[in-house]
Amino acid sequence: MKNLFLIAYLDLKESLRAKWFVVYSLVFGGLIALFFIAGVTESQVMGFSGLSRLLLMYIQITIVILPIFILITTVRSISGDRDDHILEYMLSFPISLKQYYWGKIIGRFITVFLPVFFAMLIAIIFGAFKGAMIPWSIFFLYSGLLFAMTSAFLGIAFFISSFVKSSEVALGLSFFIWIFLLAFIDIALISLMMQERMSSGLIIFISLINPMEIFRVAAISLFDPELTVMGPVAFYILDSVSQTIFVLASITYPVLLGFVFAFFGYKIFEKKDLV
Amino acid sequence: MIKITNVTKRFGSNISLDNIRCEFKKNESIALMGANGAGKTTLVRSIMGYYHPNDGEILINGLNPIKNRLDVLKHISFVPQLPPPIKLNIKELIEYVSVSAKIDKDFIKYYADEMKLDINSNLNKSFFKLSGGMKQKLLIAISLAKKSSIMIYDEPTANLDPKARDDFYRLLKENEDNKVLLFVTHRLEEVKELINRQIYMDLGKIVTDERL
Ligand SMILES: Nc1ncnc2c1ncn2[C@@H]1O[C@H](COP(=O)(O)OP(=O)(O)O)[C@@H](O)[C@H]1O
Ligand SMILES: [Mg+2]
Repeated sequence: MKNLFLIAYLDLKESLRAKWFVVYSLVFGGLIALFFIAGVTESQVMGFSGLSRLLLMYIQITIVILPIFILITTVRSISGDRDDHILEYMLSFPISLKQYYWGKIIGRFITVFLPVFFAMLIAIIFGAFKGAMIPWSIFFLYSGLLFAMTSAFLGIAFFISSFVKSSEVALGLSFFIWIFLLAFIDIALISLMMQERMSSGLIIFISLINPMEIFRVAAISLFDPELTVMGPVAFYILDSVSQTIFVLASITYPVLLGFVFAFFGYKIFEKKDLV
Repeated sequence: MIKITNVTKRFGSNISLDNIRCEFKKNESIALMGANGAGKTTLVRSIMGYYHPNDGEILINGLNPIKNRLDVLKHISFVPQLPPPIKLNIKELIEYVSVSAKIDKDFIKYYADEMKLDINSNLNKSFFKLSGGMKQKLLIAISLAKKSSIMIYDEPTANLDPKARDDFYRLLKENEDNKVLLFVTHRLEEVKELINRQIYMDLGKIVTDERL
């Protein structure tokens, strides 16, 4: 256990000094600042108001950019250290591979989760100062979603990192996965739906295997289902399962998904030549 | 202490270790020599448990270095061919090695002093920003401070000036009793005083193995 925390702690310290981390924190912190400057909290559009509207905009942008941020900054964490012969030295000390790998994941998790979470927390605190109503249920849901999103993509990134040979391939693969989840799956499903070969229930189920789609729907699940901005998919889902079940699933499923990927990554890391 | 039985390691179609069989015992100090690409580093990495041999078996004090990683690595000090670009600062690196391998920090300071490396004024500097020679000195100081019964050096002197090399050889000489010292080198004359066995490799095979 001591070694596990040692690895996590050192990886965390190393990340905090890295340039990507500064950029990363500035992007999410800047996003919140921008929303306040633009007066998002004061506007009244389609029933969303104040902080809820700000949080909704924040989570919707985060759903798009957080995965690619996590993928490109993490996908080289194991493979990069292997290429640079850092593993060859660091693993010459009596540290188990389990502690090394999971320690790295814990350290990286904290690094990527905290800035997105703190940015949201700052929005809440600042909003409260300005006298806005704090939408606690939305805040808790989004905290859960950020946690789940971080887990899912960190797991995928470590999985890729455990087997990929060169950093170019790792980056290419990251972009592919991101674009694929972001757009291609939807496009494919829409075309299927238009050809009416499958029932729409099945298609919607398939689309929810995609964690990004789950996040999108979950992000608006607490708002009034009558709102037209929700779109037919979200409406269909929230009409067929209870809100509580859907919200729970939207958090547990991606966390589990990330864990499964990370676990397979570990198995590969353990079985292959280390350097 | 180290027993290598018919070990073969292939990378694709390239045979890097070809049915290697040898044994290193206590109080042996071995110069491992051979042209570039002969398989020296591959042999060292197999002993460390980094590579899964295609065939054969390596035992360190009777233990498999892959399956019994922790128990094996407790007893090994290792300095690689090139100091890697570790991003931790010196303080953190020392923390890492002293916690994971229970090395006394004072020993690291002591051996760093002996190697003429000033640790205290560089504590917050990233390891990869040190000069090549300073990196080597720190890794050497750590390897000595670990007080292992097996010491493995893969061409560690490349970046060291002649004075630092002498310091290093002197410290090794003081520390080699009751140990196995495996030293990959191209410069036999430099380590003559230290070694009592000389192995020459070529194309993944041991060509000569003589005790001096
Ligand atoms: N990870 C690897 N992947 C593919 N080939 C390798 C790898 N490591 C070593 N080799 C090959 O094995 C041979 C022996 O390499 P090495 O043990 O590094 O030689 P030496 O240390 O004696 O110079 C070389 O032909 C090298 O190209
Ligand atoms: Mg070599």
